[in-house]
Amino acid sequence: MKTLFDKVWDSHVVRKIEGGPDVLFIDRHFIHEVTSPVAFLGLKNRGNSVLYPERTFATADHNTPTLNQHMPVEDPLSAIQLKALQENTAEWNIEHWGLGHRKNGIVHVVGPENGITLPGATIVCGDSHTSTHGAFGAIAFGIGTSEVEMVLSTQCIMQPKPKKMRITVDGELGFGVTPKDVALFIISKLTTSGATGHFVEYAGEVFENMSMEGRMTVCNMSIEMGARGGMVAPDQKTFDYIKGREYTPKGADWDKAMEYWQTLKTDEDAQFDMEFNFDAQEIEPMVTYGTNPGMGIGITQKIPTANDVQANEVTFQKSLEYMGFEQGAPLMGKKVDYVFLGSCTNARIEDFRAFASIVKGRKKADGITVWLVPGSHVVEDKIKEEGILDILTEAGFSLREPGCSACLAMNDDKIPAGKLAVSTSNRNFEGRQGPGARTILASPLVAAATAVTGKVTDPRELLKPELV
Amino acid sequence: MAYDKFNILQSTAVPLPIENVDTDQIIPARFLKATERKGFGDNLFRDWRYHPDGTPKENFVLNNPIYGGKILVGGKNFGSGSSREHAAWAVYDYGFRCVISSFFADIFRNNCLNIGVLPVQVSADFLDKIFKAIEADPKAEFEVNLPEQTVTILSTGEHETFDINSYKKENMLNGYDDIDYLVAMKEEIKAFAEKRPF
Repeated sequence: MKTLFDKVWDSHVVRKIEGGPDVLFIDRHFIHEVTSPVAFLGLKNRGNSVLYPERTFATADHNTPTLNQHMPVEDPLSAIQLKALQENTAEWNIEHWGLGHRKNGIVHVVGPENGITLPGATIVCGDSHTSTHGAFGAIAFGIGTSEVEMVLSTQCIMQPKPKKMRITVDGELGFGVTPKDVALFIISKLTTSGATGHFVEYAGEVFENMSMEGRMTVCNMSIEMGARGGMVAPDQKTFDYIKGREYTPKGADWDKAMEYWQTLKTDEDAQFDMEFNFDAQEIEPMVTYGTNPGMGIGITQKIPTANDVQANEVTFQKSLEYMGFEQGAPLMGKKVDYVFLGSCTNARIEDFRAFASIVKGRKKADGITVWLVPGSHVVEDKIKEEGILDILTEAGFSLREPGCSACLAMNDDKIPAGKLAVSTSNRNFEGRQGPGARTILASPLVAAATAVTGKVTDPRELLKPELV
Repeated sequence: MAYDKFNILQSTAVPLPIENVDTDQIIPARFLKATERKGFGDNLFRDWRYHPDGTPKENFVLNNPIYGGKILVGGKNFGSGSSREHAAWAVYDYGFRCVISSFFADIFRNNCLNIGVLPVQVSADFLDKIFKAIEADPKAEFEVNLPEQTVTILSTGEHETFDINSYKKENMLNGYDDIDYLVAMKEEIKAFAEKRPF
């Protein structure tokens, strides 16, 4: 009896080391400009070469500007990193989607978009949010730069097999409750370290009914509860999503792959090391009040007091002080300076549709800065084709060019010190969106409701039921 | 990249009794722009260590001359968040060879093991004893014994054993890493790759 995770993991073990880690074969390797240069340097210093260049895909995203991408990159250090990626990939014959390339975008958005992410595959990248790709029934996780070098030179990494956790959410999500809320809710229950050492399988009606975009959002956030990754068993929705994409198997290869993919589900009696069950009805739109993604509450709730939480009191106080919040206070109605829609968590077309569903016929609030950053040019094109851009423009918003942007502020999109942002990204760590920046994590719907009111707003107050 | 062998380390320790210290604090994103692995120690805990104008924050432990040593002691869930190996490089480059906590985030732990920083996980109780020992005497010495897998508070003799994968332990003791091992099994890997469906 095997779990989905066992099936995929076990089929990739090249060698088991007694008392040690497994040597795991990697099907797909994504690289970007930040965590790869030192890996290429190491490769060169050891006199190694790239074993399977066709299994590695490169895109530029962390440092890239979101305005005027046709112009030279102004920040000299960013420019050097981008150039290093260009040169390294050219030298080793690795496909590279640099700035200006039609396929350029955030690594975890462009992988699935192009059919590189497949069920049953092992996928790694020097980026913790690689867990996103688990939405397709792949084992996908983030690695360090030494491991990037390892994969380039041997197409393998060495990892002890993680433990297995299943999180089941049954029932139907309430009005205005999105996949992002499901993710933030689970993390608030498990804490940022609750799944450490585990690989999570998401099961139950909520995930079965969820779109592929939604599954990607949830799997993306798995790392925020400490999990190595999260996955959802592939189903018809998965196969429909990947079919016909550029790098997806075709013809007889597709049929053969389908035969295998349909076996990718957890056997009925398979055992997990840990199980959690939640009821969808418990979940409401979520917001975070502190400085890690586990510090989340339902939007109608109040910030807890030190007595209510398990965290160490010094850490809790430090967190609230940084945010400028008080114990027991509501977050709703709080004035917000910035809204950011974007990141590998929420920069897909569905997220822009959700945002537009609220701002349609309304106007951007005065005094708020709103950055809308699609995850890729493909998403950007869809925003235009579907008429979403017109809705946004009419409401007073503008669209930026794709990239990681203010999620980690390695480019120019930094929230200024002391300013409060509602952000659809994945981390509210101190300084994450810029030194001194304060971040409330939320769904695209909460972000949209905030963008038109200027304060933290429950999207259910603005949503028309027929639009959801 | 090979690193110094790790065997028995005796040293004073720097206490950082904060939980969930994430890698964005250990090294903020704006310092990840290097294309070579050097100089990261200068920006270790940058925003906790310095004011925006570059002057040191006096109350941060790294700026307090009474503390020092090759061991960093952190609160529960140390190294959560981003997978950036730069965080482990910064810890190493600053001069730490060992981080002790009651809980580590997975990727950070792996990154440390891959570059020669020993992550030592102890019980919450023992972690508390270590913090108390430093509080009582900032010059308190500790022994981290990798062959024996023990951490000892030398002033009191209290000690605890810690777990480490036997393969990783050999690597740390000998200062070599996974890449050498994997490169040596390239033919086996190639034969395996042939059989992959995609």
